[in-house]
Amino acid sequence: MSENNGTILSVNDLRTYFQTEDGIVKAVDGISFELKRGETLGIVGESGSGKSVTNLSVMRLIPEPPGKIVSGDVIFDGVDIRALPIDGVRKIRGKRMAMIFQDPMTSLNPFLKISTQLMEVTQLHLGHTKKQAREHAIKMLKTVGIPEAHERIDNYPHEFSGGMRQRVMIAMALSCDPELLIADEPTTALDVTIQAQILELIKDLKARMGTSVILITHDLGVVAGMTENIIVMYAGKVFEQAPTKELFATPANPYTKGLLKSVPDPAHEEGTELYQIPGLPPDVAHLPPGCPFAERCYRAEDICRREFPPFVRINEDHRSLCHFAEEVYAESVAEQAASATRTNGSQGGPQA
Amino acid sequence: MNAEQEIVKGNSLWRDAWKRLLKNKLAVFGLVVLGLMLVAVTFGPPLMRLTTGVTPDFIPPDSDLIKSFPPSSEHWMGTDEAGRDMLARVLQGGRISLMVGIISTLVSLIVGVSYGAIAGYLGGRIDNLMMRIVDIIYAIPYILIVIVLLSVFGGPNTPKWITFLSEKFGGSSNQGLSQIFLLFFALGLVSWLTMARVVRGQILSLKNQEFVLAAKATGVSTFGIIFKHLVPNALGPVIIYATLTVPSVMLTEAFLSYLGLGVQAPYASWGSLASDGVKNIAIFPWQLIFPGVTMALTLFSLNFLGDGLRDALDPQTRKF
Repeated sequence: MSENNGTILSVNDLRTYFQTEDGIVKAVDGISFELKRGETLGIVGESGSGKSVTNLSVMRLIPEPPGKIVSGDVIFDGVDIRALPIDGVRKIRGKRMAMIFQDPMTSLNPFLKISTQLMEVTQLHLGHTKKQAREHAIKMLKTVGIPEAHERIDNYPHEFSGGMRQRVMIAMALSCDPELLIADEPTTALDVTIQAQILELIKDLKARMGTSVILITHDLGVVAGMTENIIVMYAGKVFEQAPTKELFATPANPYTKGLLKSVPDPAHEEGTELYQIPGLPPDVAHLPPGCPFAERCYRAEDICRREFPPFVRINEDHRSLCHFAEEVYAESVAEQAASATRTNGSQGGPQA
Repeated sequence: MNAEQEIVKGNSLWRDAWKRLLKNKLAVFGLVVLGLMLVAVTFGPPLMRLTTGVTPDFIPPDSDLIKSFPPSSEHWMGTDEAGRDMLARVLQGGRISLMVGIISTLVSLIVGVSYGAIAGYLGGRIDNLMMRIVDIIYAIPYILIVIVLLSVFGGPNTPKWITFLSEKFGGSSNQGLSQIFLLFFALGLVSWLTMARVVRGQILSLKNQEFVLAAKATGVSTFGIIFKHLVPNALGPVIIYATLTVPSVMLTEAFLSYLGLGVQAPYASWGSLASDGVKNIAIFPWQLIFPGVTMALTLFSLNFLGDGLRDALDPQTRKF
């Protein structure tokens, strides 16, 4: 289809607010990013940082009321999703833009057979007849690695294990060969071995079908091997945005550094405590005027509590929301150089 | 869960529920009685006509003073005051009574389920408006509505589509039969209210589940989500409530027929038969006992079945 410089999705200054009794919750507050065709973008953040709301906004699935996309553009393959009538969005959903949900236990309809749910998508979007849809569904189940697909297709969701259900969800999402796949914490509800299988599957299918993927997660380990770029979100804002390698090697934001340090390391010495970022995420309904992370930040100064930090551009693709972005970046670069010279290469983080 | 290795045979909720239902003796009793009753009222009257030549409206020509005979080998349930065979009349009446129950429940199902599901899913102002309408209709005694409907649209004022339906499905458009068809709709129209509330409640608790969001994300329309994804999930309570609606509608029909507003001669229902029988209760008790007992047995069975279904379809509230 159209070229658009190879950009499949571009989100510009997206703001999604929720009207609650507690006041206006700015779940997503000024997010911008671009996703190129065939690329994978990781969105990382703690619970409640606005990861899911960002993507529900992209698909126009925000429950309205109480939610509302207040401003910003969501351009999908040259089309402004926000300006489309709901029927137009419906034609895109599931066909060109698909979504995998967090909990495969609840995201399949317990009363309908897998076949009904799988066939519905292609009957709806590709105009398949029942027979065609069924064949296609069986093919998709095989693609995602479900054995005896032609028999399992007539099972109910409760007859599948969690990992299998997530595979069914993926089969459903990929049925119409979408251009964009949004995976909202696809492995959170699964155990670690299944997690690896599912991620491998998404990676593999992505490579085969050329789908662009947005991978939402709170697990840095998940995004590390899967994505080209990462967005770190906190309190509805982008805190850091960088290519994956660079973000892991030289983070330019204290929050990202904290997240990276909190990842359990098998080489970690026994007996020493695992690092954690102190405190809790702020109440997004009542954000302080300054940096929302200031209260928990190891290097916060007066200015952090007073003024909202600037979105500093470190280099071409690397941006960080911090008053001291340059300094933190310089620190990281120095640490990186130091650890590279050490042969054992164990992590040496900044003092907390 | 080791679903990868063994291919489990489709063990749907329905099959599970069926198994549980079969363990409930009273429910099985209800099911058997209902089954027999349905077979009897369906095949009984034609069978009797073929074997003995007795029809429900056959009045013997001889002019004996007393035409009411007690049960005998010739008339198993005796005869009524006009000399008509009671067994034939009870079977014929059962047809109409059961039909009133079932058709009115179907009407209430269609109207109530759609109404409740739409209100529950759309929510907000539409829900508010729709449910206030239900509240208002609720506030009017339903028996009053039925009586008004029957007396306004009964007799010569029967709407054309009712006559059409009675001709189409009843084989005749005479006034008695049209009256019965009118009764179906009048009762259906007042019995959907609770159904709508039950369904709305179910939908409210279901609509925020993730599979609804997942369905939305695959581009399913609002209509599709309501009727394909949500309604099947609410089916358990709907079925339970429907089985309990049938006896209540049948009772209402009996009551209306007793008042002379429902089924009228030559047609009979259990209610109208009982009403006729009451007049002669002291001298010809069988004219009340047989239709009364048959009806009571059916209502019991329906209630047992409804209770059994409730336990079977809602495993959480099961007693052990």
